[in-house]
Amino acid sequence: MKHSKFDVVVIGAGHAGTEAAHAAARMGVETALVTLSGQDIGVMSCNPAIGGLGKGHLVREIDALDGVMGRVADQAGIQFRLLNRRKGPAVQGPRTQADRALYRAAMQKETKQQEHLSIVVGEVVDFLMDGSKVVGIKLADGSEIHAGAVILTSGTFLRGVIHIGDVSKPGGRMGDRPSVKLAERLDSFDLPLGRLKTGTPPRLDGRTIDWTDLERQDGDEDPTLFSFLSTSVVAPQISCGITHTNARTHEIIQKNLSQSAMYGGHIDGVGPRYCPSIEDKIVRFSDKESHQIFLEPEGVNDNTIYPNGISTSLPQDVQQDYVRSIKGLENAVILQPGYAIEYDYVDPRVLTSSLSLPEAPGLYLAGQINGTTGYEEAAAQGLVAGLNAALAVLGRDPLHFTRADSYIGVMIDDLTTRGVAEPYRMFTSRAEFRLSLRADNADQRLTPMGIDIGCVGDTRKIHFEGKMDKLETAKSKLTDRTFTPREMRSAGINVNQDGNRRDGMAILAFPDVSFENLLPLVPELEGIEADIRLQVERDALYANYIARQKKDVEAMKRDESYEIPRDFDYSTLEGLSSEVKQKLSTARPVNIAQAGRVEGVTPAALTLLLAKLRREQRVRKV
Amino acid sequence: MDTIFALASAQGKAGVAVIRLSGPLAHSAAADLTDGPLPARGMRVRSLYADDGSRLDDGLVLTFQAPASFTGEDVAELQIHGSTAAINAVMRCLSDTDGLRLAEPGEFTRRALENGKMDLTQVEGLADLIDAETEAQRKQAQTILAGELGGLAERWRRDLIRAASLLEAVIDFADEEVPTDVTPEVRNLITGVMQDLQREADGVKIAERIRTGFEVAIVGLPNAGKSTLLNALAGREAAITSEYAGTTRDVIEVRMDLSGLPVTLLDTAGLRETEDHVENLGIELARKRADAADLRVFLTENPKELSVPMVDGDIQLLPKSDLRDGAEGGVSGKTGQGIDQLISHISRELANRSTSHGIATRERHRVALNDASSALADAMTVLESGPDLYDIAAEELRTAIRALETLVGRIGVEDLLDEIFSSFCLGK
Repeated sequence: MKHSKFDVVVIGAGHAGTEAAHAAARMGVETALVTLSGQDIGVMSCNPAIGGLGKGHLVREIDALDGVMGRVADQAGIQFRLLNRRKGPAVQGPRTQADRALYRAAMQKETKQQEHLSIVVGEVVDFLMDGSKVVGIKLADGSEIHAGAVILTSGTFLRGVIHIGDVSKPGGRMGDRPSVKLAERLDSFDLPLGRLKTGTPPRLDGRTIDWTDLERQDGDEDPTLFSFLSTSVVAPQISCGITHTNARTHEIIQKNLSQSAMYGGHIDGVGPRYCPSIEDKIVRFSDKESHQIFLEPEGVNDNTIYPNGISTSLPQDVQQDYVRSIKGLENAVILQPGYAIEYDYVDPRVLTSSLSLPEAPGLYLAGQINGTTGYEEAAAQGLVAGLNAALAVLGRDPLHFTRADSYIGVMIDDLTTRGVAEPYRMFTSRAEFRLSLRADNADQRLTPMGIDIGCVGDTRKIHFEGKMDKLETAKSKLTDRTFTPREMRSAGINVNQDGNRRDGMAILAFPDVSFENLLPLVPELEGIEADIRLQVERDALYANYIARQKKDVEAMKRDESYEIPRDFDYSTLEGLSSEVKQKLSTARPVNIAQAGRVEGVTPAALTLLLAKLRREQRVRKV
Repeated sequence: MDTIFALASAQGKAGVAVIRLSGPLAHSAAADLTDGPLPARGMRVRSLYADDGSRLDDGLVLTFQAPASFTGEDVAELQIHGSTAAINAVMRCLSDTDGLRLAEPGEFTRRALENGKMDLTQVEGLADLIDAETEAQRKQAQTILAGELGGLAERWRRDLIRAASLLEAVIDFADEEVPTDVTPEVRNLITGVMQDLQREADGVKIAERIRTGFEVAIVGLPNAGKSTLLNALAGREAAITSEYAGTTRDVIEVRMDLSGLPVTLLDTAGLRETEDHVENLGIELARKRADAADLRVFLTENPKELSVPMVDGDIQLLPKSDLRDGAEGGVSGKTGQGIDQLISHISRELANRSTSHGIATRERHRVALNDASSALADAMTVLESGPDLYDIAAEELRTAIRALETLVGRIGVEDLLDEIFSSFCLGK
């Protein structure tokens, strides 16, 4: 029987697992990435795309901390589009179609190259325990790996069940075995579990699609990449097709609803409202005569087409019928039928903001197991768990992301204080400080933090510091002098003749003023590079709003500074309804700000809590 | 940390008024007002001076050094004569001082609590406080929520959330089948809410009048008997009356109590075309004050001959009814004819308005309504640029929604603390 020892062991090599393993390894601790097969690393099991609104922001944040997802997506991107290009930079989200094979190859390469990171192939069947502490894992072959921290990223594998029509079978994703044994071990921790579901569309053979009359969607001419380090697109670029469902399609689906796993009563899990199955769309939006479908190639040298918009759990023959009722797909061959998958998730309110599980010290959970959906959400959690597991092993303080510094912070806070009711996906509207949490400034927000804790490599550090120097130079040239409205007008900038002097940054805050407009006023700006100009513009644009938000940020921070001990006993709070006591006990907020965000907590309840905390603090001091 | 100040004693005339300052600049700001340095802790009799060296008042200045003070910070107390003018003058000087600002309701108490100066540790005391607060909140919540305002605020909030969700859908689902321009519907929703907000904010103005007094202006041609009427109403010689036209060049104010409502009567210069420069200044002032007044009494046969517009609710009377031989609808300050009717007419009119003052009565409400209103106005401006600026429009809506949430008590923790301590009187 083999025995080995690592600092951090990561179970699962999906998006959460790889990012977690890389993060821990970047921190310099010996890390093992345990997977059922080396070929699983970097697999995109669902939609072959990375990024989007909110999601693209997460990828940028991962990249700012020197994570892998952004770099790999840039390697594999075959159709880059900056969503909301015409809107303000705060709501622009980079997105790309990714070539599945290229993505997997790039991720495997990155993973093999990463220092302090070992890939271990095997099936994890159990944790090694020392009392309540998790101190390692046991593999199916009987070997044991001891570890200072274990990160579980088992995705949908926990009691995963796949449904195609009325046929259901256990499985994590098509072709994989579910981890039943591990699930039983987790049961012994007595964690609150819930059940969610998600679906996939049938995959089509692109060669059997008639593309001639289909609308095409191309990528951007000037692609916006994910990584702050990437400079250009690597893979050949493709376009997607667009088609629509029609009355005939809807009729077929309507007629066969009872055969759908979901509508036939085979599924109890809750699906996401924002990514409904085609059955759902037709039932819930019955007045809509047609639904859009994007035909997304899964790769440059891959004929598989992912028809985005028609995920389903209907039987295979019905899938074939309705697919062939759609324009361009009259003769389409289904390579793999669509299916719905149901799985267990752990109510993330039991987790700390490090994603560790206080019931089982040493164990961290990241990804879909925490009730989220999406590669980006998973990877961002992997990053948080990986960094914090490494910090814990090193005996250092945990790294805390906040709602004011990152989308990562928004997500962690949402998960750990509010929990999830449906698979959690990131949106820009979840971030109340959206104007300052932009994809373009993720590096400015987070890279210094990464340099500080030590997860950022030299290449990025040098690149970042160079960029910051240039930004500072440009900004100081802009703020050196102030200008009267008359001077501005003479330079062709129309502002109110209000007599107020403004510096260059303040002038740039006007929505219709560009960097170039300032050149007549500040000739020494001439030599500033284009990308720095653009960044200065973005930083200036929201300055007034960000200043206004500062008050809110400070208020939140003040509330965050009133900490609630983990073991705080809510049952001793007199005057609190038992419902609120229950909610607070479940969410276990770590401070007053979080407590205020727990659903159903009233101002009066917070007052009681705050007063009690102050009283206890005082008692402790005495 | 800001240095804050507020009147710690009750509003209104009194022998002594106490103005309290707390914060790092409390001592220096108090010393700046007086004619010499102050001890870190002690009591001095001092004269208080304005910036320009003019004397404001004499008083007793008490200083307390942190942490041995009510709030735990440096504190100064100015005990001055309790005249409205003296208090206002000193308060004005303080608010002109850099780094000082008027305290929020309950802010002194709050600082005391935060600095550990207030004994919230005893459970009974605490429970009392919470109970008192809850009771106050309950009463307030009931008044607000049972009434129009609660329902309105909920509806506004719903409308604005609907508007925001339209914008957010366009933003967050740019890649999907959502409309790309929702501006018309969003504008409709916002416009509706803005109109309601305006109406409520007007109601707050009336509520405030009940506290500070209504202004009633008497307007008319020169020598229409305005000053005589004012004197008759006030029962004393407040305005100089003479039979020469154009005697009143300033605006004369008389405060009085009309059936329980505080009223300030304004006697204004007669409105006429004149070459007299000084009189013209008086007339200009008269127009402005009359326009701004809550109610106007027109002493004229034809209101159109006056340059102040008559609005709904204004009163028109025939002047000098003593010379008109029992004509209807006249008044005479000289004989007192029609005075009682006028008084009851004014009080009836004002009382009517007082009952329609709405449920938004507190400064907090007004602030919330105004914040929401100005954010919405900004959102409307931004929406003119269409979908490209939805990020900004959404931010303004967020601000407005947050303001309304403070109105109905769905509030952040920070506001919550303010709310708790606002049940304590300002400055106490």
